[in-house]
Amino acid sequence: MLIRQPDDIRPSEITPPEIYRERRRFMQGMGALAAGTMLGTVPEALAGVKLAGVRTSAYKLDEENTPFKDVTTYNNFYEFGTGKADPAENAGSLRTRPWAVTVEGEVGNPRTYDIDTLLRLAPLEERVYRMRCVEGWSMVIPWVGFPLHEIIRRAAPTGNAKYVEFVTLNDPSQMPGQRSRVLDWPYVEGLRMDEAMNPLTLLAVGLYGEVLPNQNGAPVRLVVPWKYGFKSAKSIVRIRFVEKQPLTAWMRATPSEYGFYSNVNPQVDHPRWSQAKERRIGEFFKRDTLMFNGYGQQVAQMYRGMDLKKYF
Amino acid sequence: MRTAALSNPKIWIFGICLLPLARLIVLGLTGGLGANPIEFITHSTGTWTLVGLMVTLSVTPLRRLTGRAELIRYRRMLGLFTFSYACLHFITYIWLDQFFDPAAIAKDIVKRPFITVGFSAFVLLIPLAATSTHGMMRRLGRRWQQLHRLVYVVAMLGVIHYAWLVKKDLTEPLIYGAVLVLLLAMRLPWGVMLLQSVRSRFAPARS
Repeated sequence: MLIRQPDDIRPSEITPPEIYRERRRFMQGMGALAAGTMLGTVPEALAGVKLAGVRTSAYKLDEENTPFKDVTTYNNFYEFGTGKADPAENAGSLRTRPWAVTVEGEVGNPRTYDIDTLLRLAPLEERVYRMRCVEGWSMVIPWVGFPLHEIIRRAAPTGNAKYVEFVTLNDPSQMPGQRSRVLDWPYVEGLRMDEAMNPLTLLAVGLYGEVLPNQNGAPVRLVVPWKYGFKSAKSIVRIRFVEKQPLTAWMRATPSEYGFYSNVNPQVDHPRWSQAKERRIGEFFKRDTLMFNGYGQQVAQMYRGMDLKKYF
Repeated sequence: MRTAALSNPKIWIFGICLLPLARLIVLGLTGGLGANPIEFITHSTGTWTLVGLMVTLSVTPLRRLTGRAELIRYRRMLGLFTFSYACLHFITYIWLDQFFDPAAIAKDIVKRPFITVGFSAFVLLIPLAATSTHGMMRRLGRRWQQLHRLVYVVAMLGVIHYAWLVKKDLTEPLIYGAVLVLLLAMRLPWGVMLLQSVRSRFAPARS
């Protein structure tokens, strides 16, 4: 005999995700505001707070965005631990205010930006980029930021400026992962001058229209979509213009496996695994990895004549 | 009758060995496998295979340490559970990760040292599982023990497989490596002597 039981919850009673996320964000905001008031400071920008005045841009994709939850809970950010879930769990100890970014080195106009000045340096725009991790997975992320060349132009690099070096915060009291010596801290990354000037190279301060969550590299990070994810330095405190190619953290750690360029390239395998395919987070079947992560039209000319197997 | 069954440690060990699988099923049904479920399942089944190898290899040292010969009765079950998790690990790789792409799998096994090593370890486990029955033990006689010493090789390959696949943080592979070194040392003559001297010092009452 079939006993029909009434459903406990009618569909009309289920709270839509936008509403409960809004509510959650409001509660988090109130909590942080209360904490800020007690400390005598009111934080100006908090993870989860909507960024104002974000323009749309021509940088869009036909591919589906990776859900916010996955983008913010599956991260490689060794400063907060080597597990994928570690950054989301441990990045709460990162203080993003006050925060200063020093622009120095081979420039006519060295300067230290306060983060809130930096946020107003150029109009913020949303750019949807593919993100391909060297480990073989990928995401599609709607970043918010402005092109790096906005800063470079203002810094007035000298003729000696051939490369740009990016340095992440080095403070084990805020970044518990730095207490372990998995990498030589601070995290250093670098780009060739033309790569840094490329219109695609983004200085991101947010994602999904909101202030960048700590675990994603708050308050300001690089996004270089045609290179493996580790090239996109997070929580940047220094941008230095130099003549010699910087020694990046991963080159220092394992020079045979990680090169300076690290362009996404399905034909050049990692010494220990294939780079021909990738798993897009949220998808079951692997998809083919695209040359330069699908940005060949915008970047291939920078590498013309270069042996990409040698300059991996 | 019922209490007799529950007082048999085998029932309990059987249940405990099923917990990692049960956890995966529960997490899978509740959406708890994270952003990359296939990676999660691969890592989890791999981890439990390694843990199973270590637990199986600790039976003999434990027996010598405690003098409880009956511990040997649980070793087969532990070994077979280890093999089951290794099978799940392997199936996850060929089905969920590679989706039965024979060319890609063959290339992986030949070209990727950590896959080569892991695959070898899995292949070497098969004869051990196949000869785990009483009948096979009887039929193989002395050679059974010789054959089953392969498990030392399998465990070493398993640890190397883990160490070679991590990007940078070697902490966990090194922990498994240290445990394995300890378990293997306990089988060397001085290790056996050490275990026996510890036992005679702390458990002199047993005679």
